[in-house]
Amino acid sequence: MTDTPVLSVRNLVVEIPTRHGLLRPVDDVSYDIEAGEILGVVGESGAGKSMTGNAVIGLLDPPARITSGEILLSGQPIHNLERSALRRLRGKKMGMIFQDPLTSLNPLLTIGDQLSETILEHLDISQTQARKRAIAALEEVGIPAASARINSYPHEFSGGMRQRVVIALALCAEPDLIIADEPTTALDVSVQAQIMALLKRLCRDRGVAVMLVTHDMGVIAEAADRVAVMYAGRLAELGAVREVLTNARHPYTAGLMASTPLASQGRKRLRQIPGAMPRLGALPTGCAFHPRCDHAQDQCRQEPGPTLDRCDGRAACWFPIGADTKEEAQA
Amino acid sequence: MSAIIKVEHLTRVFDVSKPWLNRVIERLPRALLTAVSDVSFEIEENSVYALVGESGSGKSTIGKIMVGLVAPSEGSVQVEDVDLATETDATKVEAVRANIQMIFQDPFASLNPRWRVRDVIAEPVAAKGGDTTGLAEKLLEQVGLSAADAGKYPHEFSGGQRQRICIARALASEPKIIVCDEPTSALDVSVQAQVLNLMSDLREELGLTYLFISHDLTVVQHMADRIGVLYLGRLVEEAPRDVLFDDPKHPYTQMLFAAAPKMDGFGREIDPPKGEIPDAINPPTGCAFHPRCPLAIERCSVERPEMRNLGATRVACHLAE
Repeated sequence: MTDTPVLSVRNLVVEIPTRHGLLRPVDDVSYDIEAGEILGVVGESGAGKSMTGNAVIGLLDPPARITSGEILLSGQPIHNLERSALRRLRGKKMGMIFQDPLTSLNPLLTIGDQLSETILEHLDISQTQARKRAIAALEEVGIPAASARINSYPHEFSGGMRQRVVIALALCAEPDLIIADEPTTALDVSVQAQIMALLKRLCRDRGVAVMLVTHDMGVIAEAADRVAVMYAGRLAELGAVREVLTNARHPYTAGLMASTPLASQGRKRLRQIPGAMPRLGALPTGCAFHPRCDHAQDQCRQEPGPTLDRCDGRAACWFPIGADTKEEAQA
Repeated sequence: MSAIIKVEHLTRVFDVSKPWLNRVIERLPRALLTAVSDVSFEIEENSVYALVGESGSGKSTIGKIMVGLVAPSEGSVQVEDVDLATETDATKVEAVRANIQMIFQDPFASLNPRWRVRDVIAEPVAAKGGDTTGLAEKLLEQVGLSAADAGKYPHEFSGGQRQRICIARALASEPKIIVCDEPTSALDVSVQAQVLNLMSDLREELGLTYLFISHDLTVVQHMADRIGVLYLGRLVEEAPRDVLFDDPKHPYTQMLFAAAPKMDGFGREIDPPKGEIPDAINPPTGCAFHPRCPLAIERCSVERPEMRNLGATRVACHLAE
């Protein structure tokens, strides 16, 4: 148990057949998440970060489908399971927290009903016990007067409280893995701080593995242990969060960091990455990032970017930053 | 430098009551939501004034009042000494309206999908019967797009490009003031950097004044000269940028700064702020922040603090020093 990572994604490819050809929103992505670890997945819109999360939990909307690669949950393959088998795993072994807490709760059911439904689906216990567990789950996520509020409807809660309910829902069957897809994007700063503190505490106390999908580098810096940077469906960089954010090796990560307004920069002009992320139907040849990259060379324009396991395992780049300066220094 | 915009004791109350019949049957009182409550500040010419606050703090309402999309309930906004809500001289109103323009948050919702970009951009001038030949092309180049884009439709552009089109439209009537309501919060970081740089360049080139409305502290710190912090419709603190970030006086500002995620805050553990923004229909008595304030004393729940000067800062708190 200790050695097998909770989640192991191996060379995952997701494809969407369209009239204009085959799109690959997720292209050859591999990573592991250990128990008690938070893996941050960052990238701009269209980078494939949510799609990766949905593929893991089996919520890809057809015609999107996994065409190759493996997803192992505690060593067991789950990418080829039947819908019904996957359904038993969802909630029990994997929980999901969505961006918008209002649309991920049923407005016609009390939160108590929604929690008990999930608990009864996965655990063999009585109605009354399920209700007790539901109250305990709400207390754990910090909802005051949980036994009274369990009969409330989602609209009676504020945004932050609703997100707590969603977290309670994801946790109530005690899963090993939680996928949090932009859990705080719809929330205010002070509430975001509360929710992130809660997620970190639950991860630490219960040893849950968390895949935290977000575009906010600040949230990643504070919460994640490791970070995966995605660009155009591929992993651009993967490593310990402090290493990646302070010492980026992939030019895209470096550009992303430089274009974030930082306190220390003051009024200086922001460094900007020229252009925008290419659309999936119109990916450039070679490395997908080369048209926006300062360091691009002929090899980048012709050959597809290397995958992580083919280079140093850190940055999927032919000429990672730092590596060439080292060589230059030697030469 | 002189103040180009003067906001004095601005208050806006929205009636959010249920319909009359429901009120009678359910015996409900009228519900009045105070979105902006007694806010006063001045914006100097050619500066960037930022309003920050969480949702429901009234920052967007102030922006809308300023451009005349919403009327104030009490108090006034004077743009170049003209109060748009009460001024009766049509020529003065016309002149001021042309001088103040707005950029909205969502570039996907703020461009008419059936209009060509040329028409979208030239509209502020065309509406007044002005000459629009070559105007859209010139402005498109100014905001970093190409003149050939004028014949396209908005759906042919990405989010960042659309926000550039919105900026071009705002520039069409040669305004002095632009109200920017969360101009980059719908954009990705790398695109946000492009738009922020463009806005800074245009400000220098054209001598613009910005009212910059945002919830993102890092963006505000990058852009603003002077910052006003709003909480539940009230201005709680106002100071020049560096003063505010170096030494926030109001406990709410301090809480906000502490809660914001830091790029270098690896593994930072903070005591998260307590509670949430209260209901604006029934705001707390006295200081609106007192139920969440770590310093609150008896007086805070009774008496609403007045704005007072503390060095370069104006702060509305009984205890700040």
